[in-house]
Parts: sequence; C-alpha cells; structure tokens
Amino acid sequence: MFRYLIRRLLQMVLTFFGATFIVYALMFANQTDPIQALAGERPITDSQRLALTERYHLDEPFLGQYWHYMKGLLTGDFGISLTNRKISEMMADAWPVTIRLALIAIVIVAIVAIVAGVISGIRRGGTFDNVTLVLTLVVLSMPIVVLAPLARLVFGIQLGWFPPTATRDAGFYELLLPALVLGSLVVATELRVTRSAVAENLRSDYVRTARAKGLTRQRVVGVHVLRNSLIPVVTLIGVDLGNLMSGAIVTEGVFNIPGVGFNLFRAIKTEDGPLVVGFVSVLVIVFLMVNLLVDLLYAALDPRIRYE
Amino acid sequence: MTDIQAQIDVLPGLDPGAQLLEVNDLHVEFRTRDGVSHAVNGANFRLEPGETLAILGESGCGKSVTAQAIMGILDSPPGYVTRGEVKYRGVDLLQLKEAERRKVRANRIAMIFQDALSALNPVFSVGFQLAELFRKHRGMSRQDAKKRSIELLDQVRIPAARERIGDYPHQFSGGMRQRVMIAMALALDPEILIADEPTTALDVTVQAQIMGLLAELQRERDMGLILITHDMGVVADVADRISVMYAGKVVEEAPVYDIYARPAHPYTKALLSSIPRLDMKGQQLSVIKGLPPALNAIPAGCAFHPRCAYARDQCRQDPPPPAYDVALGRTARCHFWREVIGDE
Repeated sequence: MFRYLIRRLLQMVLTFFGATFIVYALMFANQTDPIQALAGERPITDSQRLALTERYHLDEPFLGQYWHYMKGLLTGDFGISLTNRKISEMMADAWPVTIRLALIAIVIVAIVAIVAGVISGIRRGGTFDNVTLVLTLVVLSMPIVVLAPLARLVFGIQLGWFPPTATRDAGFYELLLPALVLGSLVVATELRVTRSAVAENLRSDYVRTARAKGLTRQRVVGVHVLRNSLIPVVTLIGVDLGNLMSGAIVTEGVFNIPGVGFNLFRAIKTEDGPLVVGFVSVLVIVFLMVNLLVDLLYAALDPRIRYE
Repeated sequence: MTDIQAQIDVLPGLDPGAQLLEVNDLHVEFRTRDGVSHAVNGANFRLEPGETLAILGESGCGKSVTAQAIMGILDSPPGYVTRGEVKYRGVDLLQLKEAERRKVRANRIAMIFQDALSALNPVFSVGFQLAELFRKHRGMSRQDAKKRSIELLDQVRIPAARERIGDYPHQFSGGMRQRVMIAMALALDPEILIADEPTTALDVTVQAQIMGLLAELQRERDMGLILITHDMGVVADVADRISVMYAGKVVEEAPVYDIYARPAHPYTKALLSSIPRLDMKGQQLSVIKGLPPALNAIPAGCAFHPRCAYARDQCRQDPPPPAYDVALGRTARCHFWREVIGDE
C-alpha cells in the first residue's frame, strides 16, 4: 500500500511537469511578441521593453523560460497576469466560489444518479426506467455550450426562477442553476452505470443468499446490492472530474461566476499566458489528487482490490 | 430489532407435533418471452427431524427450483409457484405474507448454496455477514453478534476463527468458504437445512470433509436435511431416503437401500447402471440416450418415455403415470414398475 502510494505520487510529479510544459508551450508558442501583447495598442519604450524582458526572461531560450516559470510556481509564486494582478490573489478570489459550485453539482449528481439509478435498476423496463432512459438521452445529447446558455435564458431570464448571474460570495440558491447545468454533464452516465450495476447485482448469487437469510428487501438492496453497485460509480466520478472541469469553464463563463473557470475562460480569450498556465497547473494538481483519492476509495469499497 | 423467534411460534396453524416439512403437488413455472417453462410439475415429499432426504436428478430437472420454492426465494418474475403446498409444521408457507415468510427463513428453514464464492457477498467480511443474522433476527449488539459468529466459525472448524472473522470471502479456500456458508445457515438453529449441491464446486477430499461435517452437525441438532445433488456416490453415503426427480416430477421415492438394490423406475435404474464400477473395467459405460426434455415442451404421458427402454403406448399418452405405491414408504411413477423391479 505504502509503495503503491509512493509510486503514484512519483507518477503524479511526472504528469504534472508534462501537463504544465505542454500548456506553457502552447500559450507562449503562439505569441510573436508577448511584450506588445501585454501593452496592447500602446507604444512601448526601450527601457520598459528591457525591464519586461528581464522580468519574464524573454531573452533566454524557451526551456530557460519554462525553468524560471516552474521555479516560481514551485516556490508558490504564480507570477503576475497581463492585467498586472498577482495571480495568487486572483486564485484566492476565484477558488472558493468554484469549490462551492463543484460541491453542489457533485452532491446533486450523486443523489440523483444513485437514487434514480437504483430505482430504475430494480424496476427494469418499467415506466420510471423508460422515462429516465429518455431523459438521460436528452441530457447526454445536449452539449454544455448549448445547455448552459439555454438554461440561463429560460430559467434565469424568461421565467426568472433563478438569478441569471452569481457573485463571488454566491450562496446555494444563486449557484443552484449553474450547478444543475454543470451536473447534467455527468449525471446521465453515472445514472446509467448505477442502473446497470444494480440490475446486474440483483441477479447475483449473493443476493439469493441474503434473501435466504431472511433479510428484509430494504436491507438486501440498501446494503448488499448498493455497496457492490457503488464500486463502478465511484470509479467513474474520478474520470468525470475532468469533464466537470471543462464544463465549469463554460458554465462559469455563461453565468458570469467569478470562479476558476471564469478566469480561465477570460484568460484564454485575452491570451493571458501566465494566467492560463497558473490556473491550469492548479487544476492539474486537483485532478491528480482527486483521482488518487478515488483509486484509494475504490480499494476501500472493494476488498478484492489490493495495491502493492 | 427484537428477537423474532417468538413471532414465528405464533404463526396461525403452527403445530409443533405436525410433520416437519411436507411438500404436496408443488408446481413452479417460469414465464419468459419464449414461453412458459414448467420447471416443477408436482413435486411431493416429506421430511422428518434428523432425517436426510436426497433429491437426485440431472441438471435442469427442477431440484434447485424446488428448493428455492420451499425457501420462497424464487426470482419472481419470471418464476411463479402455481399450485401446491409447502407445509412447515402444519403451516402452508405459500399462503403466508412475505413479511411472515421472511421470518421463517434462516430461523426455521435455512439453505446453503453450491458455489460459496459467488453466494457470499464479496465486499463484506464473513464476520459481518454472519453477525448480520444475529443482529437482525435476534436483536443482538454488534459485540455479542461478533462473539457468537466466532463461536460458529469454531463449530464448523475453521482454524483461528477469531483472527479470520474480519477476512473477506475471497481470502478463504473453497472448503473453508463452504464451511462459512454452513455456519451462516446454522446460525439461528434451523430445524430444516436445504443443501443445494453443497460439494459440487469442491475437490473430492474436501467434499468428504464437508459431507462429514454436515452429517455431524445434523446429528447434534436433530435437523432435517434436504440434500440436492446429482452425485449418486454422495447420496449413498449420507441419505436416508431418496427422491429421484425427472422433468420436474418426483419419479421415484424410496429408502436409500431399496433404491440402490431394486430400483422401481426405469430412469433410476438407468442412472444406477451409468455409475462406473470397478468390476466393469474395460467395458463401455452405459448411458441414457438422448437429453432431458426442454421444460417448455415436456412430452405427453410419462416425460421419460422417449428415452425409456420399457416404454409402450400407454406411456406416451396422458394421463401421466400416478405415484404407484411400490412398498411401504416407497412410490414410483411408472406403469410397469413391477416389471422394472423384478427385472434384475
């Protein structure tokens, strides 16, 4: 177990450098003159140019620049965005609202997917099962770039049930609609996986044993079947995290939530290199950590899995 | 939850003096998209305390379905009990509501299954799966339940029971797993144990150990045992009486000695002559030609007639042969049983 953990952490280091390197290269490779991009239309003096070249190490080759950037990153210095704000401050502003949004979305997804998945798994071919099948197909076939503006337009503006935008200090209600939109990205697959896992487990021999033990139906389904059915669902959540992240960029952009996704959305649009790399680096770390946690949880749920 | 032992004693019609288990004219069918399969077509048998009844038959003859119908754990749909009675001490279990029937399971009638690896839940420790019985049926605390579980594992002779209580099913060997299953079935001191091919998945030496353990536990507890098997060797060792099933019917029922000495049904006879014997070295084994009938197309008359050497016109027509009394406590569903029995 310990060795497995060490190995995974070392793999994470490699992945982290690989991912940041690619993003860094992509952001800086397509800039001909980053100093002019920073200044925009304004003219730039030679001394300013010299100072900026010094600050961003622009006279050095690309690998040298990456080296300086990583040195800063690893010592906690994310650098300064092209809008001249400290990126670490922008992150401190952006993360809390995004974490709230993500948590609401994940809780909604977990409740809807597991409850509806278990019910349709038990009553296969029933009305409920067929209705959820159609609904999940609709949700699955609707890309988030359509769903998010549509939901905002219909429920936020026309019907006025939810606020169409959210602030930095948004509470549960303000974040509910964006969280629903974000959750819809993954809820359909989670639901289908729960359903098929429950349907399959209900037919298994140990369910017959549990019934022969005189246990109530609630206990057979709620304890014996559910525990086994959650194994694939939990694994999927780790994979889906990446989907949720890219979904958050669109969702926060559409609903004007000043979170991580929103900042990234704007940074990509304005070609703000340091900002993009900074935020993506943190997202990469989050993704890696959550996937490690999911893998550990997987072993906790299924005793047949042992890591060495 | 409280102890539900007492709730069973007040079931309407329960008579401690009545026959332990009596199955009369049990019919089970499976309704599938491809039509109706008649898995059990009138099974009859009875069981006394301390007695071992073997239900013998080929795969797909309805033995396991009969057992599941007695337990009330048929998958329904597609399985339905359409006719008959399953009487435990005078109470027809088929008439009970599910909530009451559930209390009979494990408390009075318990069952062990063929493949203990798939029959145990892979994600819970054996301790949890044992203790669950005491907690849910006897209202015990977690600690008491655990203590009882360790005692049980000791009784089925699992070495180092105290250390192994937290292990998961996949960490046990096949024989040990079947012992865990037996412990689980016996946890609540049932009066009837149904063992559905308990040794099929095990190798021969372990088979003998498990059968020995079952016989011993049965003696200690004066328990009625229904042993479902296709292994005639196992049956000869442990059974008191045998019911031979074919196409969902009990075609012959007799004490074990009689059936081996003088079978009264052509099917039983054919089964016995297909057992390899040492004195037959070098000869070909006799086989029963053909296959058991598909359960959705059982032939008219005697279901065995297409494969039977004794078959005549009478056998091919309905009504099928009734259960003729061959001797006291001995029946056979063959019009020509006299011929079969005297033909040795």
